[in-house]
Amino acid sequence: MTIKTIKVGMASCGLASGAEDVYHAIQKNLPDSIELKKTACLGFCFAEPMVEVIDEAGKSEFFGYLTPRDAEKLLNNTLPDRKLLISQKRDAPANKQLARQVRIVSRHSGSIDPENIQDYLDDDGYMALKKVCSSMSSQEVIDEMKASGLRGRGGAGFSTGLKWQFAKDAAGDKKYIICNADEGDPGAFMDRNILESDPHSVLEGMAICAYTVGAQNAYIYCRAEYPLAVKRLKKAIADAEEMGFLGDNIFNKGFSLHIVLKEGAGAFVCGEETALIASIEGKRGMPRLRPPFPAQSGLWEKPTNINNVETFASVAWIINHGAAAYAAYGTEKSKGTKVFALAGKIKNTGLIEVPMGITLREIIYDIGGGIKDDRPFKAVQLGGPSGGCIPADLLDTQVDYDSIVKTGAIMGSGGMVVMDDTTCMVNIAAFFLDFTQNESCGKCTFCRIGTKRMLEILQRIQNGEGVLEDIEKLEYLSEQIINSSLCGLGKTAPNPVLTTLRYFKDEYIAHIKDKRCPAGVCSALVHFEIDEEKCTGCTLCARACPIHCISGEVKKLHLIDQDSCISCGACYTVCKFDAVIRT
Amino acid sequence: MEINIDKIITKYKGKDGIAIPLLQELQELEGYLAPESIRYLSEHTGIPVAELYGVATFYSMFYLEPQGRHIIRVCKGTACHVSGADTLGVAIRSYLGLSEGENTTSDSRFTVLEVACLGCCSLAPVIMIGDKTYGKLAVDKIGKILDQYE
Ligand SMILES: Cc1cc2nc3c(=O)[nH]c(=O)nc-3n(C[C@H](O)[C@H](O)[C@H](O)COP(=O)(O)O)c2cc1C
Repeated sequence: MTIKTIKVGMASCGLASGAEDVYHAIQKNLPDSIELKKTACLGFCFAEPMVEVIDEAGKSEFFGYLTPRDAEKLLNNTLPDRKLLISQKRDAPANKQLARQVRIVSRHSGSIDPENIQDYLDDDGYMALKKVCSSMSSQEVIDEMKASGLRGRGGAGFSTGLKWQFAKDAAGDKKYIICNADEGDPGAFMDRNILESDPHSVLEGMAICAYTVGAQNAYIYCRAEYPLAVKRLKKAIADAEEMGFLGDNIFNKGFSLHIVLKEGAGAFVCGEETALIASIEGKRGMPRLRPPFPAQSGLWEKPTNINNVETFASVAWIINHGAAAYAAYGTEKSKGTKVFALAGKIKNTGLIEVPMGITLREIIYDIGGGIKDDRPFKAVQLGGPSGGCIPADLLDTQVDYDSIVKTGAIMGSGGMVVMDDTTCMVNIAAFFLDFTQNESCGKCTFCRIGTKRMLEILQRIQNGEGVLEDIEKLEYLSEQIINSSLCGLGKTAPNPVLTTLRYFKDEYIAHIKDKRCPAGVCSALVHFEIDEEKCTGCTLCARACPIHCISGEVKKLHLIDQDSCISCGACYTVCKFDAVIRT
Repeated sequence: MEINIDKIITKYKGKDGIAIPLLQELQELEGYLAPESIRYLSEHTGIPVAELYGVATFYSMFYLEPQGRHIIRVCKGTACHVSGADTLGVAIRSYLGLSEGENTTSDSRFTVLEVACLGCCSLAPVIMIGDKTYGKLAVDKIGKILDQYE
């Protein structure tokens, strides 16, 4: 086989795993006959750094877990089979995982160079915008979006076509559109990857939307924690302007669009649309009452259409392939595909795109490869701090907006964090409440103080100081917070507590009645000691201890200084000889 | 110092929605938002001090105290949380000798902050130093990473 092209994955996960060094190592010994390219992320983050090798016949193979030292073998075609992930020529471990996916939003992720507009243009880039500008009326575009069944991917799942209709029908000649790239849900990184891997698809979707609703100005509100996404977006905007896809008089059709990139200043609640608008206006990001909805009165009190990154990134494909092609995927009420971020105790952490209606089990086991170290599955957390934990016996739940809501969780933006038997569900509930409590803007009393009181109760339970009435108190407070909060943050903040209470009440009871943490996480309820018989003196525990309170020489018995021990369990996790006893 | 602040003020004065960019540029210039600088901004832009503080305390990006030369962000997202982020945070603080409530080392070399999520969940647990992300961390890798920073 003769290698024609090599592509190195250079998105955040790849770069953090050393892709830059791999790239340079390949470049150093590169023969003239091979083209070396940069691309972003295919979604197999667990195997980064990754490369794709394409031969003269156009057949490709992906290799993972690369180090700079693999460069030579890569160029000689002698990489060991264990580094092979996906292949069009032979059996490979991740072939099936890729085959189960339907990649619409992520069609370019990991194949094109996101910093090269030509790559995007070579694959129908900006064709949809051209089609819309030259041959479709606004209403035709809206009808197409409605027919596609696309629902907003930012969490609430509102019909995109309808939303555009409201913005188009709103009176006024100055209108705005906003792309919500604030992606604040912990455990979610779909939007980051779209922005890093295929920024032009978002810009094209925004331009189509602007043309449709009649907006001349747009903002992208991107969180500052995504420096690479910001950098690539800036370049993409400049390149698209230079080539006339953005800016004045696009395609000579008299339509103009100017996109401004705004970096967030670090506040989760600014992902909520009215808070986001306040933040762009330079104020504290406090949500306000709706109506009026942004479509009537949004940024600077002008009609404003706001959509999520993934929503915009779906638009060009729908225009190019037709609404029917998109609606052919999914279920009756949840059409199309959705990108999910797999993280936590799952083998294949990364990003996947699947048709709606697939089950959680298929995602976690068939695509995600199952649970790390083959431990027992306990729960999957969907929807971040607004969502909930779904237990093992609901693994056959279909992933669509309505089925997920029935479990007490929400689809949310697409983060899925998998938990195994080493995760304590009371601790997880407290973790999310700590988050929402911190991020509450403080406007609504129940959200501001109620979440704080709930957190205190959960902390008491974790400390073994809980009483059974605490459970009722949690339920009562949850109801009050849901009913008395203005925005989605407060209205959904109790969800992680309610779902863990619903599915894992026994864990709460164990903490309260038996003063025991079944997962061995809550530090006040666990105690660690080293078994004299089993300790081999391998020093692993001493090196893992964050506060260095384990002493002992090589091949001699180790000892935990009980006065300093913080019961974090790091020693227990790393010991290979079961010599750390947890009681 | 005031000459540079004046430049920022001239750039934004009279425009709408300027509190955030004003404070961002001030912080870029001086490293943090000192009370006297905020007062100076207020006097020369007409934006009340209370409003500037309202914005400054709302967003986690603004610092009201001087920061170390390198900012370590310890990710506390869900995936990192279930993968030992707490232990990692304790280890970093312990390695740098920070006592409770203290975030910046006495030699101003490091400031340690917690962030809600860095969006690099597949590599949990993760930290970021400056703009560089480190993933799949373990307690015994910390020393080597931190020692690279002057
Ligand atoms: C507390 C809170 C945080 C939110 N964060 C985000 C976010 O980070 N990204 C996002 O796209 N939508 C977020 N939303 C949803 C937005 O308010 C809005 O519904 C969305 O941007 C609309 O776009 P879509 O119709 O394309 O989904 C959040 C909502 C709430 C209540």
